[in-house]
Amino acid sequence: MKHLAILAALLAPLPALATPNPADWDAVLAEAQGQTVYWNAWGGSTTTNDFIAWIADKAMADYGVTLEHVKLTDTADAVTRVLSEQQAGVNDGGAIDMIWINGANFAAMKDAGLLFGPFAEELPNWALVDTKDKTVQTDFTVPTDGYESPWAMAQVVFIHDTADMPETLGSMQAVLEWSKANPGRFSYPQPPDFLGTTFLKQVLVDILPDPSVLAAPASDDTYDTVVAPLWAYLDELTPTLWRAGRAYPATGNAQFQLIADGEVDLAISFSPGAATAAIANNELPDTVRTFVLDKGTIGNASFVAIPYNSGAKAGAMVVANLLLSPEAQARAQDPAVLGYGPVLDMDALSADDRALFDAIPLGIATLTPTELGTVQAEPHPSWMTRIAADWAERYGVVQ
Amino acid sequence: MDKGLELRQVAIARGDKPLLSIDAVIAPGQVLTIMGPSGVGKSTLLSFVTGTLAPGFTATGQVWLDGHDITHLPPHRRMVGILFQDDLLFPHLSVGANLAFGLRPGGSKAERRAKIDSALAQVGLEGYAGRDPATLSGGQKARVSLMRMLLSNPCALLLDEAFSRLDATLRAQIRDLVFDRARALDLPVLMVTHDADDAQAADGEVITLG
Amino acid sequence: MLGPVIAGLYGTVLPAFGHFPAIGLQGPSLDPFRTLLATPGIATSARLSLTTGLVATALSLLIVTLVTAGWSGTRAFRALERLLSPLLSVPHAAAAFGLAFLIAPSGWIARLASPWATGWTRPPDLLIVQDPAGLAMIGGLVVKEVPFLLLMTLAALAQTDAVRSGQVAQALGYGRLTGWIKGVFPRVYAQIRLPVYVALAFAMSVVDVAIILGPTTPPPLAVQILRKMSDPDLAMRTVAAAGALLQLGLVIGALVLWRLGEVAVAALGRCWIMAGGRGRLDAPLRWLGIGAGTVSALAVLLGLAILAVWSFAGFWGFPKALPDSFTMATWVRHAPGLRAALGETFLIGIVATSIALILTLGCLEAEYRHGLKITSRGLWLLYLPLLVPQVAFLPGLQTLMLSVGADVGRTPVILVHLVFVLPYMFLSLGDPFRAWDARMGTTAAALGASPDRVLWTVRLPMLLRPVLTATAVGLAVSVGQYLPTLLIGGGRVATLTTEAVTLSAGGDRAAIGAFGLMQTGAALVPFALALLVPALVWRNRRGLRHG
Repeated sequence: MKHLAILAALLAPLPALATPNPADWDAVLAEAQGQTVYWNAWGGSTTTNDFIAWIADKAMADYGVTLEHVKLTDTADAVTRVLSEQQAGVNDGGAIDMIWINGANFAAMKDAGLLFGPFAEELPNWALVDTKDKTVQTDFTVPTDGYESPWAMAQVVFIHDTADMPETLGSMQAVLEWSKANPGRFSYPQPPDFLGTTFLKQVLVDILPDPSVLAAPASDDTYDTVVAPLWAYLDELTPTLWRAGRAYPATGNAQFQLIADGEVDLAISFSPGAATAAIANNELPDTVRTFVLDKGTIGNASFVAIPYNSGAKAGAMVVANLLLSPEAQARAQDPAVLGYGPVLDMDALSADDRALFDAIPLGIATLTPTELGTVQAEPHPSWMTRIAADWAERYGVVQ
Repeated sequence: MDKGLELRQVAIARGDKPLLSIDAVIAPGQVLTIMGPSGVGKSTLLSFVTGTLAPGFTATGQVWLDGHDITHLPPHRRMVGILFQDDLLFPHLSVGANLAFGLRPGGSKAERRAKIDSALAQVGLEGYAGRDPATLSGGQKARVSLMRMLLSNPCALLLDEAFSRLDATLRAQIRDLVFDRARALDLPVLMVTHDADDAQAADGEVITLG
Repeated sequence: MLGPVIAGLYGTVLPAFGHFPAIGLQGPSLDPFRTLLATPGIATSARLSLTTGLVATALSLLIVTLVTAGWSGTRAFRALERLLSPLLSVPHAAAAFGLAFLIAPSGWIARLASPWATGWTRPPDLLIVQDPAGLAMIGGLVVKEVPFLLLMTLAALAQTDAVRSGQVAQALGYGRLTGWIKGVFPRVYAQIRLPVYVALAFAMSVVDVAIILGPTTPPPLAVQILRKMSDPDLAMRTVAAAGALLQLGLVIGALVLWRLGEVAVAALGRCWIMAGGRGRLDAPLRWLGIGAGTVSALAVLLGLAILAVWSFAGFWGFPKALPDSFTMATWVRHAPGLRAALGETFLIGIVATSIALILTLGCLEAEYRHGLKITSRGLWLLYLPLLVPQVAFLPGLQTLMLSVGADVGRTPVILVHLVFVLPYMFLSLGDPFRAWDARMGTTAAALGASPDRVLWTVRLPMLLRPVLTATAVGLAVSVGQYLPTLLIGGGRVATLTTEAVTLSAGGDRAAIGAFGLMQTGAALVPFALALLVPALVWRNRRGLRHG
């Protein structure tokens, strides 16, 4: 047994062994010059695609790195790809150099040893990152250990069309009461869509008297008792949903369509600025506003990770670092562009850089950082896996 | 060597079933007529002579033309011309281009042009070189088809029910034209027909199959 | 063409039986199947796959039969014939999206009638799209299968002396429709049997149409498989593989069921023919046929019109029949992406189609010169890639190509496109090529033309139109490929279709409209050229005008 432990320790990835070594940043910059980085990122949002195209222009102009956006319908496609490559023995020069990732996909890739790193905390711009107040070193409670680098903060907000629903709601209980009073006017993306599962988590976190039990992994002892209130809640809510819960929108953006068509009045979003951006893009009526719950809402960070078999690791690190630059972060926060929350510590920035952020107009449907209130922690991923599976059994089969 | 077309102990079978056997010599300028009901293998015999026997048929014996064994030559080297009941003018080519297709290579552009014009003139179709074949009448098409075949300098002529689509007056007229030309050029002619008038007009040996 | 399918299936069978060394699973084991069968709603998913596929195919075949039987040779039929190319070139996803927006409670039909006729100021809460029985999905499949089967029927008609048979039947006192069904249909069906099977297999395993129009609680099997493949838990890939084998089994089962149905219908048909009835229901059935055909064509065309409106729309809320304003913003914004995707799409399509054309012509010409005949078994092998569900062999093929070191990117994508393009081109060109009058070849050879000269100067010019049509078919097939491009291209090869499907996941209707229109255009322009070029080249050749 002792021998096994030593063997395991030897086989574990050693931090010092990351090549190229991000601690030697000049060497990384030199190697990155002329590389092509294939960034696999969800491609369903025009605004995100435009932002990535802007980053690509910067990467080329400033570092000579060609950034290609590989548009995914599902982040897991990229995970599959890396896995197939590993299976086929393609341990170098794989198709993917960088992935927009978080949560369960990250946990799965990290566990399977499919990621390059640790690199994130060696990036030059890491010094600007707000590690104190923002959850950038854990991803759904799983420690990132430098295997992914944050680039945006997300927080749950509720989107309502004030033309049909003037009131804001302060709790998930209030959402339930409202839906009972206005049947057919609310829905959420169908789990396992990440926003759909986020909605379930948001319900649970809000209705539990003490949500801190969710920080530990779910166990057979606690699971049933802890989630029982969620099922009770959904049993009441489902008959009052759009199409009485017999069909659900596929994604978060599909909810925007439903609001635009007047089919529903209330939707959930993981991006405080998305509503404003969607109004500008003619996807939502300009009567749409956002609100958060009294106790706060769930928040997390979006990360980028580098597969272990990328052929352009240096280039990918340069892009990850570029994403953390004040200029890129300020652009991402602009609701006319993306409306994502920055991951930087404003106090660590120079006055000039801070001015970039102060100059950003929030937009008509975006809440101020103060209005966004408390950020609640994501539960451990094991909760979500079980809840999503049970949801499919309880509500995913209505026939 | 002997001029003319010779079928030496030719026997054709479909699968295992014998279809026909024939042994004949056609002298230059002579017409051999093969008669018989449909299905007896008349056209199959012609396809053996042209070298385009369909799969499923087997043949023994030899075909000699002007003293050469052509049995195993590819179709385009046999110098055997054929006319079918349809004119089979190439619909994508003008009348002139159809004739040029038949004309053997060689000669200047002007010479070839002159040969084509003279061929048309011989059958009363002066100035038709630029026409679309689809706009010609049945008799005109048959004449162009004949001249196209003759311009390729064949050493023998095969007729596969060549006149059966034409109406009675036209039929005699075209038939005479074909036989006159063949005789003038000293070509052996192998004709397949089911029409007794054709056989009579050919004025040669008649073999009845079936 | 068989290699990729078998290799891919092999790569699916192993994980399905629990052998997946990449994540430390050593088979064999039945666990993947146990997990699959324990998936909530899996029985419903399997049943949906079966019912939507069978109903959609049967309905499509019925519509095509009624329309052809009742109307072939009429002006209405020729109008429908002219619509075929545009209908065929609309990609499935675009047609499904258009249909969804047509029939949804907040869709165009509801908007046109609201609020003046319906009194609706808000869309009613009705489950029309994504209904549990899959009716909307069946509709989406029918509108695309009808043009495909009609095209195949037209090709078969040319081979069966249908016009004269129909006349004989009518002279014997049969109604037009009854006479055709009794006298011509059996021969036509024998010729379109394989395409019908292809349509059935496709309908049962379709993904994009199912995602847009199909039920979600639970979804049809193919969507379930795709979900499992994208599960973060890597062990679910083995369950996905097991699902893929279940899908394959279902398709085989459905084909057997269909075959039995053929036998039963043939037996009933013989009794019906023996009874000698002249067809009392002819008139209503004729009108039913043309009505259904028109509705299905209109659904696609209106769907296209809606895509166009969306791509220029400013904000467009219910119940307005048209957007508040029109803008070029979507097109301007997506212009660079559209240009790049268009270039990639055409590059892949043209190379794959050219190779397939050369192979097809080579095969057909060799068949002609050497008197070979492709056996019905050979035909089945050729169509195997179209009968085996893509989701059952593409993931395995991807792994396999990686392990032999075939780099991801354009070249492998072109090769995989070839697997799907070739059978369709063969299907499209085979009949006209064989129908060419071989006496033309004999005549040309007798005039001293070598076989090559006959091919280049006589046969191909005469067959210009079918050759160009087959090329257009090949391009359309290549343009429409989604899963092969995505999986084999490693995501790096972005065509109009991959971009459009990605965008439709996001639901930005304006962007979907723009990409859907471009997709349709990319497939439609070659069809238009296939009609236009021969008409121009042969404008002075009457003999080739109706070829």
